[in-house]
Amino acid sequence: MSYDFPDHLGHFGPYGGQFVAETLMEPLRELADAYFRLKDDPAFLAEFDRDLADYVGRPSPLYHAERLTKSWGGAEVWLKREDLNHTGAHKVNNTVGQALLAKHLGKTRIIAETGAGQHGVASATIAARLGLKCVVYMGAEDVERQSPNVYRMKLLGAEVRPVHSGTKTLKDAMNEALRDWVTNVDDTFYVIGTVAGPHPYPLLVRDFQSVIGREVIAQSQTKFGVLPDALVACVGGGSNAIGLFHPFIGHPQVAMYGVEAGGKGVETSEHAAPLSAGRPGVLHGNRTYIMADDNGQILGTHSISAGLDYPGVGPEHSWLKDSGRVQYVAANDDEALASFHELTRMEGIIPALESAHALAYAKKLAPQLGAGKRMVVNLSGRGDKDIFTIARMEGITLS
Amino acid sequence: MSRIEKTFADLKAAGRKALIPYITAGDPHPDHTVALMHALVRGGADIIELGVPFSDPMADGPTIQLACERALQHGTGLWQILDMVAEFRRTDADTPVVLMGYLNPIEMLGVEAFAVRAEQSGVDGVLIVDLTVEEADGYLPVLRRYGLDSIFLLAPTSPEARVAAVARQASGYLYYVSLKGVTGAATLDIASVARQLDMIRRHTALPLAVGFGIRDAASAKAVGQVADGVIVGSALVAEIERGQDRAESLPGVLQEKLANLREALDSLPPTHANGIQANISVSPKA
Repeated sequence: MSYDFPDHLGHFGPYGGQFVAETLMEPLRELADAYFRLKDDPAFLAEFDRDLADYVGRPSPLYHAERLTKSWGGAEVWLKREDLNHTGAHKVNNTVGQALLAKHLGKTRIIAETGAGQHGVASATIAARLGLKCVVYMGAEDVERQSPNVYRMKLLGAEVRPVHSGTKTLKDAMNEALRDWVTNVDDTFYVIGTVAGPHPYPLLVRDFQSVIGREVIAQSQTKFGVLPDALVACVGGGSNAIGLFHPFIGHPQVAMYGVEAGGKGVETSEHAAPLSAGRPGVLHGNRTYIMADDNGQILGTHSISAGLDYPGVGPEHSWLKDSGRVQYVAANDDEALASFHELTRMEGIIPALESAHALAYAKKLAPQLGAGKRMVVNLSGRGDKDIFTIARMEGITLS
Repeated sequence: MSRIEKTFADLKAAGRKALIPYITAGDPHPDHTVALMHALVRGGADIIELGVPFSDPMADGPTIQLACERALQHGTGLWQILDMVAEFRRTDADTPVVLMGYLNPIEMLGVEAFAVRAEQSGVDGVLIVDLTVEEADGYLPVLRRYGLDSIFLLAPTSPEARVAAVARQASGYLYYVSLKGVTGAATLDIASVARQLDMIRRHTALPLAVGFGIRDAASAKAVGQVADGVIVGSALVAEIERGQDRAESLPGVLQEKLANLREALDSLPPTHANGIQANISVSPKA
């Protein structure tokens, strides 16, 4: 199948585009121009690949989880170990790429929004390495529930600004980062952490993250000689999922499943699953599935995982949903929590709560696919940042 | 001739500048909005920009964010706001009303359904902050069909080619954002505003109104010397915030505040040509 989205204005079918205040249109054009100039430039790509190899530690392994496979009873379970990347998640693939763009554009200051803190840490890390000033916006509620990452960012020299407006979570952090950018466009590069936002962000973040899927294609050839039968990834904004899925879009024999945060259940009002239970609308610079009420106001979301607690999703996912190429499902808080413990005890890998959502659905999928099939689950991040949350839920106080 | 066109034509004939206040509909409570609109007219408003509250106002500073939150606490929705305009129109047939907000609330209702009701209610124009000309094809013909002017923003970062493209799509007036930043920001560079307005005028005959960063008589007067209209938002919304517990006094407070700005603008020597340029150096108080 031919797939050449987005168009030159960033549209994936009816989704995507550029819905921002006028002040940002010129900076977005500059960014798009720079990206289109560099994206096929051998020197730029070599620099990116070198950073991914020597700084991030790529390629990340494709690991056969044998005990999990046996326990689930069905398809072979392979884990794409993005948790082993420097800084502990897939987020760094994108920040390495965007930092190179910032350097080419001569920007001296980077800003970022963060939910779980993984993207904030990845941004602070790359800023430290390049000697750039870094400000990270984080919802006040997330600052509370992800305090280890807040401290990590501070150690790295970043300034973390808690955001007290709205629901005090990721969406509000993104509003605040956009306000900062509009005020400081001359020297500031906005490092968006996911495949959402105005064009060209969904495109360039996807391209930087697609290293995940490209590696899986090569690794599956080596390890089992064919492509996997199914891919499973969690979807908040959707960058780890797009990174895994995108190189497989043209391989129709590979089924793909995006797992949203079902919170207390998609049938309740407390979830973060716009693709499963939302509707198309416009938020943060793009048209996409969002969670909004009949008056168009954005709804509060709920998820045990701060990184998935977002009322929108990257526009390309909206297109992939409508086109039927990817199936979008949801896993609830308690299912994710059970999978968090299961992987930890069964394979000795502590997953991020975000990634645990993908595992929760994979567990259901394994027997359906059946023995002899293979599925790749994107283990998008490690769970060190979540152990305080888990301990608190279990009534344990860590000093 | 639309109500907005007529307003600017009359002002031009009189050598005066447009005073355009902004308030958020439903702030501090939906019951007060119509009274506040009438108070603005008594204080000297030529056009009213009525904000449609949104949960995620990404181009607005803290003052208007809080106004949105106050309005949304009372469930202020777009249909209700159109009813407010209709009520305002019952006793004011002349003052143009422009709805200003973000796209998603309109998108949820459907642009056609919105435009039908907006026209019936007596709305004159629409300014959708996050609707760029690149994305506007599906909206502008519909708004035009129902006689609604499409007001667009221009910014200090807008290059000349973009200015031309935006000016071609706009009607009513153009809203020049005086600074890089969000609403309610503190500093304003009149000389650079004047230069940008000169450039914009080479591409359009539409009136140019300037907003962001205008908060008192001095800044209003400075901007009035170079623009066709002066937009004041956060400074008024801050008065509403301060007086929200004494809502019955708010009409008087807003009227007085606006009258003060009106007086400053009217103290300018009458201009009969667009844009008398002077070498002005004013640094408005923060």
